[in-house]
Formats: sequence, structure tokens, C-alpha cells
Amino acid sequence: MYTTEQYEGMIAETITLKGHNGDEIHTYFARPQGPGPFPAVVVIHHLPGWDEIYRDFTRKLAHHGYLAISPDLYCRDAHGTPEDVASAIRADGGAPDDRVLGDVQAAADYVLSLPSSNGKVGVWGTCSGGRHAFLAGCKLTVFDAVIECWGGNVIMSQEQLTEKQPVSPNEYTNDLNAPLLGIFGDLDQSPTKEQVDQHESELKAAGKDYEFHRYPEAGHGFFYYHAPIYHQASAVDGWEKMFDFLGRKLG
Amino acid sequence: MCTMICERAPMEGSAKGREGWFPLKNANVSYDHPFSAPWEYAVNIDFVNEDRGVGARVAVELSPESAKLLAESIIKALERGEADPQIQISVL
Repeated sequence: MYTTEQYEGMIAETITLKGHNGDEIHTYFARPQGPGPFPAVVVIHHLPGWDEIYRDFTRKLAHHGYLAISPDLYCRDAHGTPEDVASAIRADGGAPDDRVLGDVQAAADYVLSLPSSNGKVGVWGTCSGGRHAFLAGCKLTVFDAVIECWGGNVIMSQEQLTEKQPVSPNEYTNDLNAPLLGIFGDLDQSPTKEQVDQHESELKAAGKDYEFHRYPEAGHGFFYYHAPIYHQASAVDGWEKMFDFLGRKLG
Repeated sequence: MCTMICERAPMEGSAKGREGWFPLKNANVSYDHPFSAPWEYAVNIDFVNEDRGVGARVAVELSPESAKLLAESIIKALERGEADPQIQISVL
């Protein structure tokens, strides 16, 4: 926690990364000023887009002392307002999982290459970003901590699988290679309480290092202060759990 | 947007967006988290022409009950129009 006599500075700006397949993608990077060293978090935006709330989340992490980096997962597809872009992506079935993982790996490699890095990086996402964070924690080996907030479609039926999402992420549970924090609202319909139960039992059976926090009065997206689904008490506690977890795992 | 439920239908017609009327190409109908409507899920209808960029979009977000009422109203208006021998619809 900062105290009021301390100096604080932050740089937050759009940069360009070479993402999956070497494609250049825009990325929002917020970092505390100073030599550090700082831990880092790759921030995976949700399906509603690379939007203003994700800018806020990224800067919030920088305010708390993290190199926070959020690639535009839709950069190759279209440009416009975040809602217009996301609506087009929604109609097209979302972003391909392998492409998202490539972009996330590139973002992690970038922050770890900085002289201000402490050598540790976590990955965090909400909604479809939560699903991607879990997938990244299983399929990539660069992360020291994974935070999945209300990841819908971590458990997918055969009928839900598509060319862009060909494997249900829970199939990779045995490959999870970093500690996992899960944050869920019990009133959520995607994932449902039963799906979160299944997710947890699979983690337990696989002997994984995880902790879940479930909020009985919250539904989906309860951190989103700009939406009616915001649940203040659950969100405040959820953020505290997140920063506690990141502090323990990323030094 | 976790349901990934989206139906797409080709459209003929016109839509009025931010910059005026544009020729319509598709309607994308999803059952998923809305951007604006005050519920966790809504029926989200985007009338679009992708050839003109993602901004060529007219969007509505409806409760499921409103979406059903809209569908019924569309069918009723169609049946009345198509049953009326005085009305001829021509595509120029």
C-alpha cells in the first residue's frame, strides 16, 4: 500500500509487439516509473473488447507496482470503437485460441526482457480472458501465477467446440504449471456453479496448486463497475484476494 | 460474452447508422452478454455491412421477451402485407 508522502509515477501507452506468427499488434503497456525491479502481469482482455475498463485494469496493476501489459487480441481483425470491433469478433466466433496464446507469450517475453523486470510474470483475464488465462497456464510455461476470473467455457461440450476453440480448456488441467487463483460469482450462468465445481474437482484430482474464491451474491463480471452486474462488496474483496495472491507468487 | 451463441442471416435492405443510411449485408443475432442493456444476457441484434468497416453497424439489445415480441410483430406485419393484393413489393 502506498502512503501519501511517496512519489508515484506511471507511464501508460500503446506500444507495438510482434505477436503470434510475428504479426505486429498494438498493446497497452502500463508501468511504474523507476528502476524496479517490478513483477509483471499479462492482462488478457475479455470478449467485449480491448476497451476502457481494461485500460483501467491495466493502469490499476501498474499503480500497485506491476509491469502490466494488455495486447489487443483483435488488432489483426479490425479497428474502430471497441464495441464495434468486439461485435464483429463475436459474430465471427471469437479469436482463435492458438493465436491468443501466441500473443500472450509474446507479451510475457517482452516484459521479462526489460531491465526493470524482476523475472516473474503472471497472467490474468476475466470472462473469455479468464478462460484464456487458464489455457495459458496450461499450454505455456512462462508464467509464475495464473488468475482466472469467471472464465466461461473453460468446460465446453463437444457441440460447443469450433475451429477457433477446438479443445475444451479443462482437457489440459493436468498440464497446469503455475499456481492458480480462481474468482467466481455463484450466481453466474457462464460458468455455472456446477461447472466451477467440476473445474475445482479436476484441479484437485490433478494435484494442482490452486485456490478458488466464490462469491454467493455475485454473478458474472462483478468487477465491472460500469455495468449493472457490478457487485461492490464482492469486487473489493476479489481485488484484495488478487493482490494478495500476486504478492505471494510474484515476489 | 461466454455463450458464443450467434446466428447470422444475410440481409437485403438499408440500415441507418451514425453516418446515415447504408446498404445492409447481414444481421448477427447473439444470445450473450450485452454492452448496454441492464441484464447479464440479452438478445443482441447487429445490422451490419462488413464491407464498410465495423462501424457500419446498427445495434439493439433486447430482453428475451422483447425479442420474441419483435419476432411475432415482424411475422404479423409480413402476413398482413403479403395478404394484401393492393400491395406490391418490388426490388429496383
